[in-house]
Amino acid sequence: MTQIAVQADIEPLLIAGRAFGSRLIMGTGGAPSLEILEQALIASGTELTTVAMRRVDPAARGSVLDLLRDLGIAVLPNTAGCRTAGEALLTARLAREALDTDWVKLEVIGDERTLLPDPVELLAAAELLVADGFVVLPYTNDDPIVARRLEQAGCAAVMPLGSPIGSGLGIRNPHNIRLIVQDAGVPVVLDAGIGTASDAALAMELGCDAVLLASAVTRAADPAAMAGAMRHAVLAGRLAHGAGRIPIRTRAEASSPVTGLLQQ
Amino acid sequence: MTTPEDGGPFVVIVNGETKQVDTGTTVADLVAEVAGSPDARGVAAALNGSVVPRARWSVVQLGEDDRIEVLTAVQGG
Repeated sequence: MTQIAVQADIEPLLIAGRAFGSRLIMGTGGAPSLEILEQALIASGTELTTVAMRRVDPAARGSVLDLLRDLGIAVLPNTAGCRTAGEALLTARLAREALDTDWVKLEVIGDERTLLPDPVELLAAAELLVADGFVVLPYTNDDPIVARRLEQAGCAAVMPLGSPIGSGLGIRNPHNIRLIVQDAGVPVVLDAGIGTASDAALAMELGCDAVLLASAVTRAADPAAMAGAMRHAVLAGRLAHGAGRIPIRTRAEASSPVTGLLQQ
Repeated sequence: MTTPEDGGPFVVIVNGETKQVDTGTTVADLVAEVAGSPDARGVAAALNGSVVPRARWSVVQLGEDDRIEVLTAVQGG
């Protein structure tokens, strides 16, 4: 049974023509150490992982880049912390130069308190980055219209949030996520807000193509164990989505034969 | 890039901090110092808001009050 189930999901995740065997994209923020991050990344089975760009710290020891290279995981630079389209463009260009990739997770936030995306700056940044040749994966609100505009701007995927970054609140508006999935002609990646495995499974059941998470794993009491849970949750949710769930009923539907009952 | 005409040391802003450098100092010199190694793998530099491609680090000289950002990938996001 397990073999059949796993084989059913051999269809890879395709973004901008590149195939990934895992539908779990990992973040690296929040891990207590590089060693713990390494264990978590291995347990997650991820093939694509995001990193932030910051000023070089001469005192920093160990390199997340070396870790990802050793594990054979593709690096996805992000523009975390950027507040304007201009900042995001310069950060992405520096990442392209430093990491030799034109892929970018575009993040343009409105304020520090909510870390919610600023849709106006985000769309402007997406247009600039696409024009500059980037493969743009924007972190966006769970707004179907903004998602559509990002796709029209040429983004290679859309990445709506489930809830604010690091909140662990899960998917607060599953209806909007479903609307985004129904409309999208590019992959939909549920990004941010995942708290535990059932949240990741729900994202996939709603039809998302992948899940991106960091804090739920890196800040868990046992990051490697939670990473393993997320790996299975994403796979389970994907399989469930394709399996065709039963309709929800308000009353019971007998699963045993209703005839042939003994009479006393 | 222009350098001060008097030929003496001058001030630039590196990753937000002021620093005195000699005339003729290049982006490559500065990156090697900040990153702690001349090859500075995984590092990129911007001069006054524009990326300086790695291939041009050794030919671009710094001028007075230039702002240089030297970035790399870290855990985050």
